[in-house]
Amino acid sequence: MTRSFDTGGAPHLPPQTTVAAVMLQVLLALVPGVLAYTWFFGPGMLIQIILAVVFALLFEALMLRWRGWPLKPFINDYSAVVTAVLFALCIPPLAPWWISCIAMLFAIVFAKHLYGGLGQNVFNPAMVGYVVVLISFPQVMTAWLPPLALADYSPGLMDSLATIFTGQIPVAGGWDAATQATPLDTLKTGVDAGRMVPEIRSAPIFGDYGGLGWEWIANWFALGGIFLLYKRTINWHVPVAVIGSVVLLSLPFWLADPDSNPFPLQHIFSGALVLAAFFIATDPVSGCVSNRGRLIFGAGVGITTLIIRRWGGYPDGVAFAVLLMNMAAPLIDRYTRPRMYGE
Amino acid sequence: MSQADQVEQARQAGRRTHHFHGGLRLRHNKKISCQNPVVPPPLPELLVVPLLQHAGDFAEPSVSDGEKVLKGQVIGQCQPCAAIHSPVSGVVEAIEDRPMSHPSGQPGPCVVIRPDGQEQWVQLNPIKDWLEASPEILIAQIQDCGIAGLGGAVFPTHAKTRDGRERQIHTLILNGAECEPYISCDEMLMREQPDKIILGARVLRRALGAERVIIAIEDQMGAVQAALTRSAKLAECKSISVVKVTTIYPEGGERQLIQVLTGLEVPAGGRPSDLGMVCQNVATAAAVADAVVEGKPLIERYITVTGNGVSHPRNFLALIGTPVSHLVDASGGYSNDVARLVIGGPMMGYPVASDDTPVVKASNCLLALTQRDIVAPQPEMPCIRCGECARVCPATLLPQQLHLQIKTGLWDQAKEYGLSACIECGCCDYVCPSHIPLVEWFRYGKGEQRKRVLESEAAELARKRFEEREARLLRVKRERAEKMALRKQLLKDKAAQQDRIRDSIARAESRLKKAGEQPDDA
Ligand code: SF4
Ligand code: SF4
Repeated sequence: MTRSFDTGGAPHLPPQTTVAAVMLQVLLALVPGVLAYTWFFGPGMLIQIILAVVFALLFEALMLRWRGWPLKPFINDYSAVVTAVLFALCIPPLAPWWISCIAMLFAIVFAKHLYGGLGQNVFNPAMVGYVVVLISFPQVMTAWLPPLALADYSPGLMDSLATIFTGQIPVAGGWDAATQATPLDTLKTGVDAGRMVPEIRSAPIFGDYGGLGWEWIANWFALGGIFLLYKRTINWHVPVAVIGSVVLLSLPFWLADPDSNPFPLQHIFSGALVLAAFFIATDPVSGCVSNRGRLIFGAGVGITTLIIRRWGGYPDGVAFAVLLMNMAAPLIDRYTRPRMYGE
Repeated sequence: MSQADQVEQARQAGRRTHHFHGGLRLRHNKKISCQNPVVPPPLPELLVVPLLQHAGDFAEPSVSDGEKVLKGQVIGQCQPCAAIHSPVSGVVEAIEDRPMSHPSGQPGPCVVIRPDGQEQWVQLNPIKDWLEASPEILIAQIQDCGIAGLGGAVFPTHAKTRDGRERQIHTLILNGAECEPYISCDEMLMREQPDKIILGARVLRRALGAERVIIAIEDQMGAVQAALTRSAKLAECKSISVVKVTTIYPEGGERQLIQVLTGLEVPAGGRPSDLGMVCQNVATAAAVADAVVEGKPLIERYITVTGNGVSHPRNFLALIGTPVSHLVDASGGYSNDVARLVIGGPMMGYPVASDDTPVVKASNCLLALTQRDIVAPQPEMPCIRCGECARVCPATLLPQQLHLQIKTGLWDQAKEYGLSACIECGCCDYVCPSHIPLVEWFRYGKGEQRKRVLESEAAELARKRFEEREARLLRVKRERAEKMALRKQLLKDKAAQQDRIRDSIARAESRLKKAGEQPDDA
């Protein structure tokens, strides 16, 4: 008696992983950093994450429906969630709710789906969303609270919710009294005003090598990044190139003139550099494919960030740096094709 | 490095081992089929011997319906391919299209033989004094006995040997590294028949004119190394060395194995003989020994029957033409949840639709998988460019780019990115989080590329023909025009002549007239 069988293609082994699993791993790796964030800046960040995720999934679902794509498996591949979380980590914890809405509109609808959806986007969606709101609403986007340790006012969960949804901060003196310049801001305005770096850094918002609180958040993000490296979800090339190029480039400046140039660690442990090095510039879709290409890409992000921090109009330039390098990625790919076997 | 330097370096092969790019460390799953000694299964009721078993063309059947055949009798001829022999003595029941165990899944002509149980051999012609025989005679014997590469590529061994001889190779590599999970037939062969392998290695070395032989085995093949070394010592053969290589899939691929042994890459589009090496499977060597020393044609082979889908996984010495269902019965039948039958390993094997498919020279493994082993097909997602595929690709290609290029029909780019260098190992496919059937794309792309080459050749031919025709027409036209012109000229000349004649006649007449008149006047 003969039996018949199905004839699926090789390999005849269960697949090793899925897109969803990769994205979940990224989310998992972000947990320590997010917790640290909440520790230093209060629960606002968590609310921002939830808001961004909700808007991102909403736009994702709408776009899938509109393009006639099935909701499953695309809505539960978690790629929109990763975009949303990375965006939320870049904005002030008490930014009004509509910031997320606008940013996710641009991130998911324009940067992702109008370019063809998952895997097709040229630009990192999270950074597109961030840059759009940064340019459009500079005031809102720079309204950072000082770390809890330094603040007279520390918003609880209800206060944070109220602030995010009403735009009113329940503090005598309102926003002006509650917010404070970030360490990077302080540094930039200080240096521009001709003050010495050591003198600026003696302000309480600076920590041992970065901004107070910020440096620890960066550490926890780096820990998550190392987890991803260990899991081989990301390759070492981009993070090493980003951080390495920042160190290599800022070191001679600092050695030559430590009074007007911050030392390398200061650069790394402030702003979004570590987050970008491990989580944002490593986005495979908008990055480079070969290892050599990734090194160039990462170095490009690091160098451009430094240039913007030093001479540009924004205190932190990571988002712009990533977007610029996204643009250069196809070209880098073209010139860094690896040598084939036997070639 | 110049080619001469490379050949020189290749002579040092096996001194130390090197690495190739990428690859996968897979679970071996080999032990389960290695517990019992290899036995022949009971004689099947019917044997189906496909006439397409080698890389190359279909063989021409040399028997007809109802004819009585002897064991080892030639039943299919193919020049310059290898011959096909009857695995048993019996009666040819039919020559008809049947499933023939081929990746294409298409049925093809097969010789169906009903064994008579007598096991009557044809007259065999062993070369007893093979140490004295000329390489040409050895090669002819290998061809007559239908030996082909038993590792899976089934390239006729005599052709490879002759080519290697002509190209003056220095090293013969015997590939004993079965890199795919589950497959253990070569390991069992090396354990049980080390003498035969060493004998085959010596015969092949003589036929090739090679200086040395390297037998490459996996580092976890236990007793194999000792067994082979002992046999080599017994045969007093110093030119044979056994080298252990790390088990990483696809280590057993010819190009990867050479890279591991020499640190060199076979040039793109080239062959191992460019480095002065020839690669043969260990089972092929054993078959060569049988063919030359005993005169036995290739009618049986070691095959692993394994997987969670069969009750008692093990290895068999099966006659070519045995239906795989027969082997499954001999190993205790299917388990209840069997879902897929694969000929070959889980990475590169092909699934068969029914189990009346026969064992052929290329079949090294029959893998019966359960639903749990294969998992329901996952939805294909878009490529997220994660680069995993490129990380594991042993040919250092960029599978994600190739996939895109094939999908969008950028054939020139796909060529530039090395589509033809893909060995279809399936590593990229296995790791892809988006579950893109990359290898299927690459096979399709290669086919398409071949078609395009043929088409462009055909187009080139057509263009040439057209041009020739145009030129011919032009020539004809010109010639005709020239002829016309000539004829016109001639006519004109004639007319002019006639005119002249007429004129002169007229003149003469008028002169005559005048003359006639004058006298009158005078
Ligand atoms: S492994 Fe799959 S998803 Fe990742 S780059 Fe390769 S083809 Fe794309
Ligand atoms: S199938 Fe081809 S492209 Fe994929 S890993 Fe193997 S050689 Fe590379």
